[in-house]
Amino acid sequence: MDLLSLAVKSIFIENLALSFFFGMCTFLAVSKKIETAFGLGCAVFVVLAITVPINNLIYQNLLQEGALAWAGLPDVDLSFLGLISYIGVIAALVQILEMFLDRFVPALYSALGIFLPLITVNCAILGASLFMVERDYTFTESVVYGAGSGVGWALAICALAGIREKLKYSDVPDGLEGLGITFITVGLMALGFLAFSGIQL
Amino acid sequence: MSFLRRTLDSIHPHVTDGGKYTKFYALYEAIDTIFYSPGDVNQGRNHVRDAIDLKRVMIYVWIAAMPAVIMGCYNTGLQANQVMASLGVTEVAGWRGDILTMFGIGIDPSSVFDNFWHGFWYWFPIYATVFIVGGFWEVLFASVRGHEINEGFFVTSILFSLIVPATLPLWQAAIGISFGIVIGKEVFGGTGKNFLNPALTGRAFLYFAYPAQISGDAVWVAVDGFTQATALSVAAQGGVDALVSAGFTIQQSFVGHIAGSIGETSLIAIAIGAVFLLATKVASWRIMLGVAVGVLATSLLFNLIGSETNPMFSITPQWHFVMGGLAFGMVYMATDPVSASMTDTGRFWYGVLIGLMTVLIRVVNPAFPEGIMLAILFANLFAPLIDWFVIQANVKRRELRYAA
Repeated sequence: MDLLSLAVKSIFIENLALSFFFGMCTFLAVSKKIETAFGLGCAVFVVLAITVPINNLIYQNLLQEGALAWAGLPDVDLSFLGLISYIGVIAALVQILEMFLDRFVPALYSALGIFLPLITVNCAILGASLFMVERDYTFTESVVYGAGSGVGWALAICALAGIREKLKYSDVPDGLEGLGITFITVGLMALGFLAFSGIQL
Repeated sequence: MSFLRRTLDSIHPHVTDGGKYTKFYALYEAIDTIFYSPGDVNQGRNHVRDAIDLKRVMIYVWIAAMPAVIMGCYNTGLQANQVMASLGVTEVAGWRGDILTMFGIGIDPSSVFDNFWHGFWYWFPIYATVFIVGGFWEVLFASVRGHEINEGFFVTSILFSLIVPATLPLWQAAIGISFGIVIGKEVFGGTGKNFLNPALTGRAFLYFAYPAQISGDAVWVAVDGFTQATALSVAAQGGVDALVSAGFTIQQSFVGHIAGSIGETSLIAIAIGAVFLLATKVASWRIMLGVAVGVLATSLLFNLIGSETNPMFSITPQWHFVMGGLAFGMVYMATDPVSASMTDTGRFWYGVLIGLMTVLIRVVNPAFPEGIMLAILFANLFAPLIDWFVIQANVKRRELRYAA
């Protein structure tokens, strides 16, 4: 039951995109078409669902204060290496994902373009790992949290892409066209997602 | 009437190309088409003839809201008069009192006439403010951007005036409708081009910006300093038992003699509006059915799960329907054709999503007693995505059919 409520919390209540505004650059840039947005959502989901648990293992077994007790070094605290290790894991995984997509889903690979390698520096992904450390999740919890945040982010970008496909027919003032109206759209979406704020599970 | 036609014709050259006042063409066009059918003829090859146009759709919704207005005014007055009678107050304070005395209207809670006029002077200032401010933005955008003035703001303003508490300060009503019309609609190009319901956007904005004047216990009855909990907040404290012991009955809530936002309390008035909207096919029955199914299924599920700490789990579906703004939202807000899904199957699922979210917010979210407003806004976000899935499913089905 705790895991279920953690999943709901990470998907809806603490949606990375719409309540923390994480991963905005890709969120705004790759949301013109639902197909592409869905593909990117899947990519972010995969990266999040794998990196958060891996980073959890690294943190618990290597970096945390006293984690190296098994090697006879109970006083060593390597948590200052946290940021660089998480980024390393994420970068390596994105590299693998990129090669995988290039080989098996070339259409999506070319549609995502520069934004695929940019997942490496996507704040949603690093953010999830840092939240995991800060909230002291166990391994199981971090699996659920990583997957849940990925689903939440993918859901948000698909919804935004749906709205933007609909907005193709709207008549936006010249100065607001493109990114400007997208910012307003995302703001209004966040207003809708406030429906979940305050839910205690 | 030929005088009117002549006047309009004499203005015409000044507002069309080459005239001095071309900026005001939108205003001229709006007034002209209120009185006369436009004389424009078709220029291209395509020609669609349909008696039902945007103007008529919007006016129909506006007419459909009238029963809710009348019941809303009556109920606002009734609530205030009852409280004043029980407190022994004999005079209405402020300018409303002056107007009522001027026309010799009393404050007897048993008189329908007195109740209506007392409530009317609460609803009307809000509506007038909202209409003038909303109309100002609509005309401004239409003039500057060169589109026609749409009747959308008629609907937005009347619905907005019905979903706020009677005691809402007028400046807040003005700010709320400004946000709803400008950010919710006009920046996207006006009526038909937005993706959120403008009236609800405005109300949600007020709700988060000025929670003290739009939620809580002190705002629902139009008597200074008097607090009266709404049915929903009573239910959140103690479930059905608390509702019954606080004197709420299903019948009373059905007729609408309970505290709440101006137009949302009476199910009878809303039902009349719903029948009208369905008979004229302005509103989609699939959306209404979807909302009903969603509410029914979710509330029964919560009944089944049960909870010892949260009394809202045990609220039965019929109570969900008579409390708060669910019925109003379902009939007037969820069926807004612009922000809802466009496909028939999509409309049903869009409704189900609203029903589900409404009950979910009411039951498990202690921060908000009422869920319908945010549920509809939330479903608005997913309406295009629902359409996309419906269309993709259809594409797949046809491919299979033709592959065989």
